[in-house]
Parts: sequence; structure tokens; C-alpha cells
Amino acid sequence: MTESPITFRGRVQDALAGGVPIAIDAGARGHFQGRVRASADFPQMEDMRDRARQIRGLTLSLLDHHLAQFADSVERRGGSVFFAVDAADANDYIVRLAAAEKVRRVVKVKSMVTEEIRLNDALEEAGIETVETDLGEFIVQLAGETPSHIIAPVLHKNRFDVAELFASTLDVEYTDDPTELNNIARTYLRQRFLTADMGISGANFAVAEDGAVALVTNEGNGRISTTAPRIHVAVMGMERIVPTRADLAVMLEVLARSATGQKLSVYSNIVAGPRRSGEPDGPDQFHVVIIDNGRSATLGSSVAEIMYCIRCGACLNACPVYRHVGGHAYGTVYMGPIGKVVTPSLLGLEQWHDLPAGSSLCGACTEACPVRIDIPRLLVDLRRQTTRHKPWTIRTGIALYSRVATRPGLFRLLTRVAGVFGRVLGRSGWLPHIPGLLRSWSAARDVPAPAPQTFDDWWRKRGT
Amino acid sequence: MAATVQLFVTCLVNSLYPNVGKATVHLLESAGYHVEFPLGQTCCGQPAYNGGFAEEAAAMARQMLDVLDVTAGPIVVPSGSCAAMMIHHTPELVAEDRGYAAKAGRVASRTRELTQFLVDDAGVELTNSNCGNCVTTYHASCHGLRSLGVLEQPKRLLDGAGAGRVGLVGEDECCGFGGLFSIEMPEISEAMMDTKIANIESSGADVVVGVDVSCLMHIGGGLRRRGSDVTTKHIAEVLAGDLE
Repeated sequence: MTESPITFRGRVQDALAGGVPIAIDAGARGHFQGRVRASADFPQMEDMRDRARQIRGLTLSLLDHHLAQFADSVERRGGSVFFAVDAADANDYIVRLAAAEKVRRVVKVKSMVTEEIRLNDALEEAGIETVETDLGEFIVQLAGETPSHIIAPVLHKNRFDVAELFASTLDVEYTDDPTELNNIARTYLRQRFLTADMGISGANFAVAEDGAVALVTNEGNGRISTTAPRIHVAVMGMERIVPTRADLAVMLEVLARSATGQKLSVYSNIVAGPRRSGEPDGPDQFHVVIIDNGRSATLGSSVAEIMYCIRCGACLNACPVYRHVGGHAYGTVYMGPIGKVVTPSLLGLEQWHDLPAGSSLCGACTEACPVRIDIPRLLVDLRRQTTRHKPWTIRTGIALYSRVATRPGLFRLLTRVAGVFGRVLGRSGWLPHIPGLLRSWSAARDVPAPAPQTFDDWWRKRGT
Repeated sequence: MAATVQLFVTCLVNSLYPNVGKATVHLLESAGYHVEFPLGQTCCGQPAYNGGFAEEAAAMARQMLDVLDVTAGPIVVPSGSCAAMMIHHTPELVAEDRGYAAKAGRVASRTRELTQFLVDDAGVELTNSNCGNCVTTYHASCHGLRSLGVLEQPKRLLDGAGAGRVGLVGEDECCGFGGLFSIEMPEISEAMMDTKIANIESSGADVVVGVDVSCLMHIGGGLRRRGSDVTTKHIAEVLAGDLE
């Protein structure tokens, strides 16, 4: 991967300078409209969102209990559970398992948490061929890139990009016909499915009461990856739990509608344990790796609400910042509004303090969020913890303004002085050029001049 | 006797757009209200709050609460984002101080954004604007829209007053202002503004109307820099006209 700037602003500048592919805006808007339509067609949607939010809150408040129940349920069905403290712990378990079982080829179902822990790198380093089987992830992997959207990883590419990529990496004739491109991927992947020793998936939800793992996909790759190979490993963040199948039903109702505007994903798989005697298919081994990696600390923090997230991507589609810069500008696998809270929470606020600053707090994310996470509130909370990283001009400016605004006499005097400056400098009603603090603002916008007479003065002269 | 309303005019209107304040007074008086302007008011603290400067924001919030809590009647604010601040965030900012928490609760329950007050509370029906033959379009500022549900009220006022309103594609998409955001992250802020301006220009309107001067300042500054003929006006100015 190429080095990218270390600040959000720097990466945004790169993204804007490079011309953000129109596909991102169009794709995000397409999903956004889909969600709006699907919600309109489903009168219970608002109630269902309330219910989903309630389920998330209740579940997380008793997460230790639900996790223990889930682990018991999985083991009762003959599966194994591993609790991983961090990314290295999780990767280590999976790589060791693969080595012990002489796994040479792994097929993977799209999973954000495995992106988070860089599982593919760990497997490849151990000499295990790892193939992404979601079409978008497959393309991203071939290109040596990272996903640019939580549910549509390849939103940043159009079919011509894909055509060139396939022609240059898969030893096929160039074609930009979408059906042909699909067939190329299908042929390539079919071979891998049938010869893989291990299938690795994420888990959209994990049901505590019976140890089932729910996977939603639109391509069917989840089904084949978790049934054809002899070992299935499901990797999940510890917050993916739902207590019951009834709760799962609620979450699936809001997930697909919020993500893509579908009533239900094309494939909703509920996987519970390894193959039992008499069953025609399924893996011999079923492992669940439950990852903390900063989550329990987040659950104990002031931004715990971010753990309600069900990774539907609706906030990305709604976000004007995301639509303009795409997912790579966020610097990690979690992008968009949710990424601005998840990344600092999981990876460290000190290093990622500028992500929370990169929002106008417009609230379009919360409006779209199926579980109504108050993202602007969480962003303000993170900003409160990092004000010392702001430029001194802003810190001083705010401190001075607060001093003045808490002294009405001084406030009145200074606003009147500003009016005098406004009269001299801004005859047109606009200032010519603003140095210092407002330089970045005035680079692209004219700045209005203070009015010669404040409202306060007008009111006092007017009398009542 | 006419009912009394308190005007919280906001810091930007006070210094940069006093005509918006005058127009607000005019509108409220025309609707039959007695308007009071509590002296000593400065700023609701929103810029500091949004930036994460909670202490500074709380200090400003206490100043505001001291001035407003001793008054009576609805508090009308010609700004969706300041009203949203006063209703939703001020109580949280001062929650740990019992005295101010009580004040914040009372003030929050009395606070209304201007068009909310005119339409929802006062039931005002306006029949003419001072817009002449202008073609207006409405930009729905984020905080008024999403925190207070302000959308139909201003449209209804504009349409009732015959202000020649045309639709705006992406009316509810942020203009990219966001207070400190536009200073700290000017490039993305500008990109968002460019999208907003492109939509405004293709709407065919010559006046962009909003309920927040901060967003209008941002959009208007961008329009002027680009040499556009389109101008921005706060809804009070459109409905009450030029009060020089």
C-alpha cells in the first residue's frame, strides 16, 4: 500500500485533488435512495428502528452474560469459541489452527472485522492462500487496495476499472461487459470454493440462545464458503451478539433496508455448528473467534453508544463528507460518520483525534441510522477530549470569545468597535480580505463585514 | 393586551445581520406580539460547544440563562441552530450545576425557532412578501431541520406570502459550514459548498432563503466569490422586507 498523509485533512486534500470518482457519490446516493424507499414501503420501519435500538442497548448492558451464553451454546453444538484480546491474538489463533489442520487455501466472506485485524496479511505471511469471494472484496484484493465502503467495498471503481484489472491480473481477454466480468470472477472463484480447506466469515449477528451465526450476503458466496470447506471460522466483534432469534429477526428487518434498500438480503444464512451426523453438508469444524480489540474499553467509555452499530453503511450513504471524499480518506477500514467514532475508539484517540473534527455535525447520519446512534453527540464528546490538539489560534479565539461573551458590557463595546471597522473596511457589506484565523475560510468565500450599527444599539435607540 | 415574546437575536445577527433582527421584530409585532429584547444577551455558546470547548460553552450558556430566565413568555430565536443549541445542548452542558440545570430546563421549554413560533404556535398566515418578483428557493439548515423539525413552516410562510419559491435539489444536504469545521477542514467544507451552490444555480432561484444566517453567510460568501448573481436572505428579511 502506498503511504498516505497522516492527517484526515491531508487525505481529504489528496482525495479532492485526485478527483473523487463520480461512482462514489452516485453509489452512495443510490443506496441512500434505496433506504428511503424501503422505509417508506414499510410502515413499521420507525417502530422497528426503536425496537432495534432497544435490543442493542439491552444486549450491550448485559454483554458478558450474553457472550457466556453464546459460547456455551456454540460449544454445545460441537463448535469451539476463542476469545481474542486483540488483533494479534485473533490472527495467531486462526493461523495456528490453519497450520495444525494443514490448510493451504482459505476462502473468505466479506467481513469488516477481518479487515480490522488484517487477517489476510497474517494468513498470507504464513503461506496460506487467501481468496476473498465477495465480488467487491475480490476486486479490492486483486487491486491490492482496501474497501472504500462498509458494504460496497469497491464503490470507488467503475466497470472499466474492473475490466482493466481483470485483464491485467487474471489472464483473461479484456471485456467491460458486466455479465462477462461476473462470469470471469465466477469461474475463478468456483475453483477456489471447491478446493479450499477453510472458509472464514464474519458474523452480522450471533445469537446467544442457540449459538447460531447469521450472515447476510447478496451473492451466495457466504453460503458456499461456510459449507464447502471442511473448517468454518466465524470472526466477530464481541458486540455482534443478539440474545434471541426473535431479536435477530428485528435486526435483519432493519439491516437490509438500511444498507441497500432491500427487504431482506438475497441470502440470509443462519449457521449453527459443524455438520452433524446424517447431514449432507457443512464443515467438520466450526470455530468462532470473538474479538475485543478495544471494544470493552469503548463500552466503558462515554462513546459506548457507538457499539450499537450494526455496520449497515447507511450513515456513509447519507454523509455529505463521505460522498465527497470516499472511504479511503478516513485512513482505516471504518469510514464515514461511524468511522470517525469507531477508529479513535478502537485504535486510540490520540492518534486519530482529527477524525472527529472532520464533521459539520449535520446529523444526516443519525437520521439514517437504523439504531439511531447520536453520532454528532459522540463526535462532540471526542472533540472535548482533544481540544488541546486544536491550532492555538482556535483555542485562543474561543477562550477570548468566551471571556468577552460572558461580559455583556465588554461584548457591547467590542461589537460596536467591530461595527466601526465594518463601516471603514466593508462599505460594500463585505470585507476585502481576512488574515489570520479566517484565512482558510476566505480563500474560497467572501466574508461579510460587521454592520455599522449592531442590533443591540438599534434596539436601544429605537426605545420600547 | 398583546402577549409578550422575548427575542434572543443571536451573536451573528447582532453584529453582522442586524436587519434580520429588525425584520424579526417587525414580523412578531405585525403578528400582534409585544417584543422584548433582554439586554445583556450575547451568544448561546454554540461555536464553542460544537468545537468541544465545553467549559467555554458552559460559561456562555450560563450568561445566556441568567439573562433569559428572569423574563417571561416564549423566547423566539431567528436561528435554527441556536434554538437547537438552547433546547437540546444547553441543558446537558450545565446539567451538573443544579441551579443552572433548572434554568436551562425552563429556558429550553420556552425557546422556539422563529418560523416554528410563527406557524406552529402563533398560527400566522402571511399574504405578501417584500420580495417583489424574486424567485426564492429554500435551503433547510441542518440543525433546524434535524433537531427541531423545521422544514414545512418556512416553506408554508414563503408560499403563503407568494415569494415565488422553487424547489432545491438536495435542500436538506449540509452546505459545509459547520462552524469551526469550515476553518479546520476548509477543503471538504468548500467541496460541500460547491455542490450546494451548483444545486442553487440550477434551481433558477435568485434568492436563497434560510432560517440560519450562519449557513447563509457561508453560502452567500461562496456565491459572491464566484461572481454569482444569486443572493442569500434570511426568511425574516423576505417576509418583512427591508427595514432601513
